[in-house]
Amino acid sequence: MKQFTSNPFYKFILFPIGQIIVFALGASLVLSLFTVLLAYIFRGFMTEFDLVERVLLILPQVVINGLTIGFVYSTIALGYTMVYGVLEFINFSHSEIFMVGGIVGVELMAYFDHTGALQTMNQYVIIALAILLGMVISGSLAVTVERVAYKPLRGAPRLVPLISAIGMSFFLQDAVRLILSLTTGEFNVILPNFGTFDEFLILAVPGIATPLRFQIKSILLVGVTVIMLVGLNYLVNGTKVGKAIRAVAQDRPSASLMGINVNMIISITFLIGGALGGAAGVLFALKATKLDPFVGFFPGLKAFTAAVLGGIGNLTGALLGGLILGLLESFSASYLSTFTNGAFGAEYKDIFAFAVLILVLILRPSGLLGQTVGQKA
Amino acid sequence: MKTFFSELYKKANSGFWPIFITLGLLIAGTISVYQSPRSLSAFLTLMLCPLLVYFMKINMKVKTFIGLILVIVILPVLGIRNIFYLEVIFQMAVFAALALGLNIVIGMAGLLDLGYVAFYAVGAYTWAIFGSKQLSLLHSIPGAAPAGAEFALSPNYFWLFLFLGVGLAALAGILLGLPVLRLRGDYLAIVTLGFGEVIRVLALNLDKPINLTNGPQGITPIQRPPLPPEFILSPIRNLLTPIVGHVPSEAEFYNVFFYFLALIIIMIAITVATRLEDSRIGRAWTAIREDETAAIAMGIPLVKMKLAAFAAGASFAGAMGALYAANRTFVSPETFSFLQSIGVLTMVILGGLGSIPGVIFGASAVVILNIQVLQNFSLYLSELRQSDAVIPIINFAWKDLSNQLDPAKYQKLVFGIILVVMMIFRPSGLIPAERRKRELVEDKE
Repeated sequence: MKQFTSNPFYKFILFPIGQIIVFALGASLVLSLFTVLLAYIFRGFMTEFDLVERVLLILPQVVINGLTIGFVYSTIALGYTMVYGVLEFINFSHSEIFMVGGIVGVELMAYFDHTGALQTMNQYVIIALAILLGMVISGSLAVTVERVAYKPLRGAPRLVPLISAIGMSFFLQDAVRLILSLTTGEFNVILPNFGTFDEFLILAVPGIATPLRFQIKSILLVGVTVIMLVGLNYLVNGTKVGKAIRAVAQDRPSASLMGINVNMIISITFLIGGALGGAAGVLFALKATKLDPFVGFFPGLKAFTAAVLGGIGNLTGALLGGLILGLLESFSASYLSTFTNGAFGAEYKDIFAFAVLILVLILRPSGLLGQTVGQKA
Repeated sequence: MKTFFSELYKKANSGFWPIFITLGLLIAGTISVYQSPRSLSAFLTLMLCPLLVYFMKINMKVKTFIGLILVIVILPVLGIRNIFYLEVIFQMAVFAALALGLNIVIGMAGLLDLGYVAFYAVGAYTWAIFGSKQLSLLHSIPGAAPAGAEFALSPNYFWLFLFLGVGLAALAGILLGLPVLRLRGDYLAIVTLGFGEVIRVLALNLDKPINLTNGPQGITPIQRPPLPPEFILSPIRNLLTPIVGHVPSEAEFYNVFFYFLALIIIMIAITVATRLEDSRIGRAWTAIREDETAAIAMGIPLVKMKLAAFAAGASFAGAMGALYAANRTFVSPETFSFLQSIGVLTMVILGGLGSIPGVIFGASAVVILNIQVLQNFSLYLSELRQSDAVIPIINFAWKDLSNQLDPAKYQKLVFGIILVVMMIFRPSGLIPAERRKRELVEDKE
């Protein structure tokens, strides 16, 4: 048995994938059961239609949508949580790193569209190139931001780097807007239409009336994020760099005494977090199809909520938190208007994430998987 | 070079020189603004006066006198002469009051509030809903107002609602603070940020099931409190007519009236802040800001004190909100965006955390930058675009400059740069508070 668990294939591939599947299924199951239960309770109040039937009708689709966006949130949340683990501060500009990744990816595809390569090249190659470019640009941007705006402030009182990060976030939003509007004349970028990503895979499951519809890009999105999550798990838990990152997160002075180049490790952390954010941005662009420089704000806020929900500083927690938050958003967007008979609709889904954040902070400030965080001065 | 300037400063700041220089600048500024109401440099000259008054070594009584003359007589008169300055000084007063409120939360108690504008919105919507026809439109669709709708309350109720706005904003602050103030600072930042967005989303969407906020279109018209009675107004009008060159209209009187109201709120904010600073509560706040654990050990009721700071800051925003709604006679959700919160934060940071003169300076500087300097720069650029001028060395024709390059639209960029640069080079602000200076400059940890 011991031989089996120390087998790298098990440890770095099978186990994390299993974990992801368990989290995804578990979270969807709990939320679905809760919603159905609510539907049974409130069934009597609705006279025009059968609430339970209506809830069950779209439930599978809602779960799928929620998981798709949940994986994006998880990937962004990892960036927040890694930086928090190492530097203990909220990297406000991470939502802009995410936005830059998305815009760079879309611009690359628009460039391919312009040169005509979009129709001739394999669509998966294009997506892979866009994600790679997004990762490279976002990663290096994150490192630059760290060098410029955070590094001079190390050791300053807590509020100082936080305010600097907010300033950086604002700066990046308008800088991207300025660059886009100077070069293209407008600051929205629109994903060119190509490939078969918008088509649906239809899966008829016996026993369910409506067949399940998977959009191809949803499957692609989930697949890519799972690969990245597994890769990150290997990087953090299986390599020397990962060991150094964990050491710096645990105790920075001691780590530097042990011969770890702390500044280097912090830069690497920002690089990894930024690259993940950039990839998430490209994937998000696939789903949203239209981006502007201010698009990062809400996903950023939600991903941070996800990181807190899972226990900030905890990588597994960020994954779980992201999935839960994505599902919650999808459930609230789809069912709020059904349950309140149209009085409140999908426009309140953003508030839901915030309500979750407050509840978590009241009930379990350390998050679902986190250890108790003491008041560090 | 440096010694030369410091010598010059020393010389200028001793004996009778300070009074001469200050009065000279004051008179020169007043005359130049009076003569050329459109010139930006004239206005900036005048705006330098308060700074000089603050920095120069002058007898405290004389200082106060000059300051009062400036804000009570000169600014309103110049404002009536050129309606645009009235707008500028009114905005300066509004934002100075907001920044003073936020300064209590961030500067004194060290709690980072990123959704400060939410409390402003609470105050504004309180008077907007009750002071407009909205109450009789609760069941109609936004935009389709029936003709017979009437104002629910008489405009005199504004005074009551000014206090109600204060109370409600403070209540909102306490309700928001209760769950999160037990936690460390950065959680508070993100929760207040979220709260600011929640208030905006609510204002945007509460046009159904009952039409409370009229949705994205906003509420208008909102009533204004009545002006002082005619027997007070008419002598002032007679006095001002020859000075400003025209008979001041009711709208101009209203703007001056609101400016004075804002000034009163600023005075209250300054009094409260200075009185609090060295009181028991103020010292408790400083202790919490510096080290929470030690503060608890000293027997400071942590949550209570933080809540007090939060409520005090929020109440000023509530008052200004009600005032703003009445002044504009219009509120819409877009006024209360995240950008506004960060704008107020920028003012506090630029001037100096915890420093009352600093914060007022910061508010004035950012407002002038926003609605004067950037606008003028935009105008200048568009003029250049019209002309045939060419940048000599790189041979770039101004005509080719993109239309998108419009500095007035890039507030976020400016705020962002100010925040980052201030944090890196001068975290204690341009006019630091004495105590803060020692804390932030000395090495920590």
